[in-house]
Amino acid sequence: MPKRLSCDNSKCIACGACMTACSTLFFKVDDPKRSCIRIEQNGPEIDMSVCNQTCRLCVAECPVKALTVSPQGVVMLDRKLCVGCLACVAVCPTGAMRHYPGLANPFKCIACGACARKCPTGAIGIVVEE
Amino acid sequence: MTDTGFDVAGLKASHRPVSEFRYEKRPVVAGYNDRTLYVNVGDGRIAEKPVSADTRAKFTGGKGYGLKLLWDAVTPATKWNDPENEVNIATGPVGGNTNYPGSGKSIVVSISPTTGIPIDCNVGGYFGPFLKFSGFDALELQGRAERDVIVYIDGDEGVVKIFEAPGEAVDSHVLAEQMVAMFARDENDRQHISSVSAGSGAENSLIGCLNFSFYDKRRKVARLKQAGRGGIGTVFRDKKIKAVVVKYSSLDVTSNNPADLAKLQETGLKLHREIIELDDQQCRMREIGTAHLTEIMNEYDLLPTCNYKFGSSPDAEGINSHAFSAIVTHGLPDGCWYGCTMACAKAADGFELATGPYKGHKVTVDGPEYETVAGCGANIGVFDPRVVLELNFYCDTYGIDTISFGTSTAFIMECWENGILDSDRTGGLEITWGNGPAALELLHRIGRGEGFGLVAGLGVRRMKAYFAEHYGADPKFLQDIGCECKGLEYSQYVSKESLAQQGGYSMALKGPQHDEAWLIFMDMVNNRIPTFEDKAEALYYFPMFRTWFGLQGLCKLPWNDIEPADNASTDEPAKVPEHVDNYLAIYKAVTGNDLDREGLIRQSARVYNFQKVFCIRMGKGRRIDDLPPYRMVGPVTVEEYESRADRYDKQLREQVGVDPSGMDTPAKIAALRAYREDRYEKLQDAVYKRKGWTREGIPTIETLQDLGIDYPEVVEVVKPLL
Repeated sequence: MPKRLSCDNSKCIACGACMTACSTLFFKVDDPKRSCIRIEQNGPEIDMSVCNQTCRLCVAECPVKALTVSPQGVVMLDRKLCVGCLACVAVCPTGAMRHYPGLANPFKCIACGACARKCPTGAIGIVVEE
Repeated sequence: MTDTGFDVAGLKASHRPVSEFRYEKRPVVAGYNDRTLYVNVGDGRIAEKPVSADTRAKFTGGKGYGLKLLWDAVTPATKWNDPENEVNIATGPVGGNTNYPGSGKSIVVSISPTTGIPIDCNVGGYFGPFLKFSGFDALELQGRAERDVIVYIDGDEGVVKIFEAPGEAVDSHVLAEQMVAMFARDENDRQHISSVSAGSGAENSLIGCLNFSFYDKRRKVARLKQAGRGGIGTVFRDKKIKAVVVKYSSLDVTSNNPADLAKLQETGLKLHREIIELDDQQCRMREIGTAHLTEIMNEYDLLPTCNYKFGSSPDAEGINSHAFSAIVTHGLPDGCWYGCTMACAKAADGFELATGPYKGHKVTVDGPEYETVAGCGANIGVFDPRVVLELNFYCDTYGIDTISFGTSTAFIMECWENGILDSDRTGGLEITWGNGPAALELLHRIGRGEGFGLVAGLGVRRMKAYFAEHYGADPKFLQDIGCECKGLEYSQYVSKESLAQQGGYSMALKGPQHDEAWLIFMDMVNNRIPTFEDKAEALYYFPMFRTWFGLQGLCKLPWNDIEPADNASTDEPAKVPEHVDNYLAIYKAVTGNDLDREGLIRQSARVYNFQKVFCIRMGKGRRIDDLPPYRMVGPVTVEEYESRADRYDKQLREQVGVDPSGMDTPAKIAALRAYREDRYEKLQDAVYKRKGWTREGIPTIETLQDLGIDYPEVVEVVKPLL
């Protein structure tokens, strides 16, 4: 535990297939801004950003306990409980708790693996840490 | 019995319905419902009232709405305990959004038992926002019931009920728990319930406060925030209201239906990030709340010690922020409304009470806030944090204002020191400096309405008259040391070395609370406002600016208890310009209406001047009512002067132009007093002029016309005085 995405940016080619997979699954649109995983190319560097499921600052910050840790160790958001304050977005040290302007609730990676399945180079995987 | 320990079924069985009102549920539109709720607990009438376009334009919301409804309900002859007096509760248009920190405030107004004029309190907890989302921009409570009642507003179903409630507790920490147990379906539903209540002390004193609840899901406790000042809890219990309860279960970002959610989120997120990044280097609000101020005030000689005689104590370390940090629970999202990452609503959990009717109980004590630490600590010579917490707990649950209790007890202790009181007169209580057990027992007697507790609960102004009449005390000395103005006890800052703050306190409309202006650093420490005109400008701008929080349903703290990293390099750092612009942005994002900095001040100035005229209508609001007791201006006693003799001697030489060598201390006190009192009068002249008032402190017709509040009944109040 926890279950999380593993990212290997040496293998990433910044094709964006993961972001397409994620945003299409979650929001039914192909929009990198609505993807839980983000790939950014900064010159020769490629940054892969996604929740590591371990720091859990967002869970502590949530005033309504809408953020909880699943039995698999994944930080999950219950949108029925969420009041949209975005404190979790602000407190996230890696920017992996996402917010899209005008959307009522934040969103984040739940390590579902949809992006990993679409990754053509094996840069993304699912790991379960003991 | 339920798992909460309350026999909810038994309590419900004892209820007797009085009246019921069904209303059409409608969504909030851009922060407004444009209707208010009227409840008369005397005759059972419940009705909704439309808000006119003129009222909305002139009074904005929150305190503005509360005052307008109160004005229409009372006459110049109305006393606090007349049935027509009201307790009015409203958040404002921006209030209740979950995005911008500090957006959950309710503003309560009433005719005060201690001042006889309108009092207003800005309080946290969930009630005001839930009331709005249930369909009403304000709640008017009028009348007086014959037997104890509860008013229940079910915002889910669109029903308002009044019922007699003989069985519920009166003290708030029990009653608030009973209300969540009674009206919530399950544990998760408890967060959707908020109650307003007072306590047994509010029944037996004039310094009663209201408790607004907010259910803390982690602690599993209905926590309380206080509408403390001016005795509104006393009015509430006089009306025989045990609780007003609201339920609203559908809170999300659309509840307030903002015109531009994305902009609201963007502005809120910016401030969240600023707080999370900078707070631990600035005010440590997330760690310890306002209690971080104690050591700062002590360091600058501003911490009221022994009835404001002194501004510091070598013992203050005992009650500094670190002492309380060791007791409160850390790491919880302690906002009193959703989305407040400033999270200053701290609490000590599992605190075992050592005295009183709940002795041995383990309770959650909210706070302590700075005002309570100072008022129930240093100002009464108590430096034991557990005594401060116990006083805090009992004040809250009895429905007693910690500030008025602290200042009143400090006055009593100084009267004891001067032989005005003795144990015969106090019923055996040795109410001496630092006697924590005696202070607690005094509080319990106020709670029980017993013996000297009944005298202490009258507040400082009435005690002055009582001690002069019954004990032959010198009225002039009592006036000098009794720290009240207009009948309201001072809050907890020493203002002797800041003329601007003396004005900020005693020219405050409702009485000496620091929420109109806190200018001590600007004036005394940084000397940024040296002239009378500079001070008058500050005493115009800041009261107007701060009034705006009360119109909108906002908290003052996220304005300047966190500052942007580059704030010091702006033109006017004391105003925190970037945060002012944030407020303009969120106002527009919620209401859809443009507002600039000048427009913000004008919104406030309308309501501020209306409140001023309201005070005049009720018999105060004159120049003479703005005079402070000398203790808040300079040293009254030889002991006090000599404790800071170097400072005062220097001032005599350099400012007054008097050579103190060869003068005895009483002569030096007299010379300094003449100088300081003259400067205060000059400040009054400058401030009144800047506010558009006459030399007597009366708003001119031109001022009222300019603000668009020259209603015939308003003009009628001021005309004879011009």
